[in-house]
Amino acid sequence: MIKLEVHDLFLSFGGIEALKDISFSVNNKEIFSIIGPNGAGKSSLLNCINGLYHPQKGKIIFKQTDITNWPADKIAKLGIGRTFQNLELFKGMSVLDNLMLGRHNHLKYGIMPSIVWIGRASKEEITSRVKVEKIIDLLEIQSVRKKTVGTLPYGLQKRVELGRALAVDPEIMLLDEPMAGMNEEEREDMARFILDINEEMDKTIILIEHDMSVVMDISDRIMALDFGEKIADGTPEQIQNNSDVLNAYIGGKEKGQVA
Amino acid sequence: MAIKCGIFKTSYRSDMAMWQTKNSRFWMALFFIGLIVFPFFVSKYFLYMANIIAIGVIAAVGLNILTGFAGQISLGHGAFIGVGAYFAGYLTSQFNINFIPAFIAGGLVTAVVGMFFGLPSLRLKGFYLAIATMAAQFILAFVFIHLRSVTGGSQGMIVSPPEIAGFSFDSDFRYYFLSIGTAIVMTLAAKNLIRGKFGRAFMAIRDNYIAAKTMGVNIFLYKIIAFGISSFYAGIAGALWAHYIQIITPEHFTFSVSIEYLAIIIIGGLGSLLGTVFGTIFIMVLPEFLRFINGIVSLHYPMLVNMFDAIREGSFGLAIIGFLIFEPDGLAARWKTIKNYWKLWPYSY
Ligand SMILES: Nc1ncnc2c1ncn2[C@@H]1O[C@H](COP(=O)(O)OP(=O)(O)OP(=O)(O)O)[C@@H](O)[C@H]1O
Ligand SMILES: [Mg+2]
Repeated sequence: MIKLEVHDLFLSFGGIEALKDISFSVNNKEIFSIIGPNGAGKSSLLNCINGLYHPQKGKIIFKQTDITNWPADKIAKLGIGRTFQNLELFKGMSVLDNLMLGRHNHLKYGIMPSIVWIGRASKEEITSRVKVEKIIDLLEIQSVRKKTVGTLPYGLQKRVELGRALAVDPEIMLLDEPMAGMNEEEREDMARFILDINEEMDKTIILIEHDMSVVMDISDRIMALDFGEKIADGTPEQIQNNSDVLNAYIGGKEKGQVA
Repeated sequence: MAIKCGIFKTSYRSDMAMWQTKNSRFWMALFFIGLIVFPFFVSKYFLYMANIIAIGVIAAVGLNILTGFAGQISLGHGAFIGVGAYFAGYLTSQFNINFIPAFIAGGLVTAVVGMFFGLPSLRLKGFYLAIATMAAQFILAFVFIHLRSVTGGSQGMIVSPPEIAGFSFDSDFRYYFLSIGTAIVMTLAAKNLIRGKFGRAFMAIRDNYIAAKTMGVNIFLYKIIAFGISSFYAGIAGALWAHYIQIITPEHFTFSVSIEYLAIIIIGGLGSLLGTVFGTIFIMVLPEFLRFINGIVSLHYPMLVNMFDAIREGSFGLAIIGFLIFEPDGLAARWKTIKNYWKLWPYSY
């Protein structure tokens, strides 16, 4: 079953064409990875899907709804969550508050119940709190739940950001380089979390990652971009043996991380 | 399983409680008792100060919700206080409406006015938003002076003390219970608002609006809600002030009042309700303190008497700059340090 469809997406910034007529579809409950050298347009693509960038042409369809050019908050509400390449956390708030903010659209109470607190507001807050605590357990961040996010080490912040996206309880999670800048052990943990989220919580995952060994290991399907163009898609084996993909990485004197 | 869930719930409830420890509940109780006993033992002057501070706390809490929590600066708070003052005053003096509905209407109308002047926040941030809200200040000040049929212009509007069931809040002593009562209720309401969905959305917009959007927060809606709530507080404070002073003139709601409230929340601590109370006390007591010093010094240097206003404004400015440099998190941070010190006492050094 198809979960998300993208048709002929085109995005440019002045003269720079970041995405040139990209089409693909993502199946329900799969881990779909996007790879490509720096500047290939990977992050821009996620930004279009969740409504932070507005493509000039093309269509994005999620749950039989054309969500192209919808505002980001409406897209989140419909069921797309995300993390960022460069952490975008609420630095002055606690871990708990960051995750609880993810529950924003699940909390329905209005201003009056909020002021009184007792009753509806506190009931809904507790229900959400129970859900958030489950995520905290899953991501093993119990010991820092009351800490201010800005004070945490980088690896933990990455985890909190994943937790916050999970708290939104979306159907699709867009993860932009969740393992960047991590050590070996942290990468392994993160890969395990992504698999858990995919298998146990039934989330469809669109993953951008430069670490090819991880990508080849956990992805169901992979799409490769280069200079805003789609150069290949297929299973990990197909991508590994694709000459265009190899050329893109070697030709772009890039990281040379192709396995 | 069902039983286990029950235990979870009660523990989260206590984890979310407003005052978490027995100790803090004890001190809060003592504080409230102190507030009730206080007026019976002090002079009229201290009652006056307490009233002014209580009303100031309400307005300042409102501004801190907008600026400290939601991160939207406003230089129009003084004028918003005026809207509440004039509207409630008009209702009680012209139509003999009871003060309770009149005050609430004053708050609501101010909320609407505040939301309207908050509309530019859709596009403007920081300095530019500051200028836009400053425009609100001057437009409203113009209306206060020139809409004579309602406001009485520079002559002012006369209102009588609030009355309910034959009981009139017509003295400093009596008014104390109205102003302190309202201040307590509205501060606790703010505390609840801040710890829930609305407070989190405000802080999220302040900390990272792109992430907030991505998590599903309707940025514009919540900015406008913040303007509305903040102005509601200003409106109620204005209504209380008007019926305490009993004569309202435009110079009570000038630009310098807006600056004064900004000073309060910076000195008290942006994003801290406790700090707001400290900041209000500081700013309201500072001129009295200066007056006292000035009184002594001017025996030797008489020309200082004429300069008092300038000295007052100047020391506000100095206080703001001093806090920005030496204690950017305001009195609230100082309080925390002191509290932590005593927690560990006598082992702290
Ligand atoms: N907001 C923007 N304004 C102007 N140009 C942009 C903007 N965002 C992206 N670009 C350009 O679009 C192109 C694609 O950038 P993008 O960030 O999507 O690449 P990427 O594949 O995510 O790269 P990386 O692996 O380095 O994260 C780049 O040339 C970039 O400079
Ligand atoms: Mg990127």
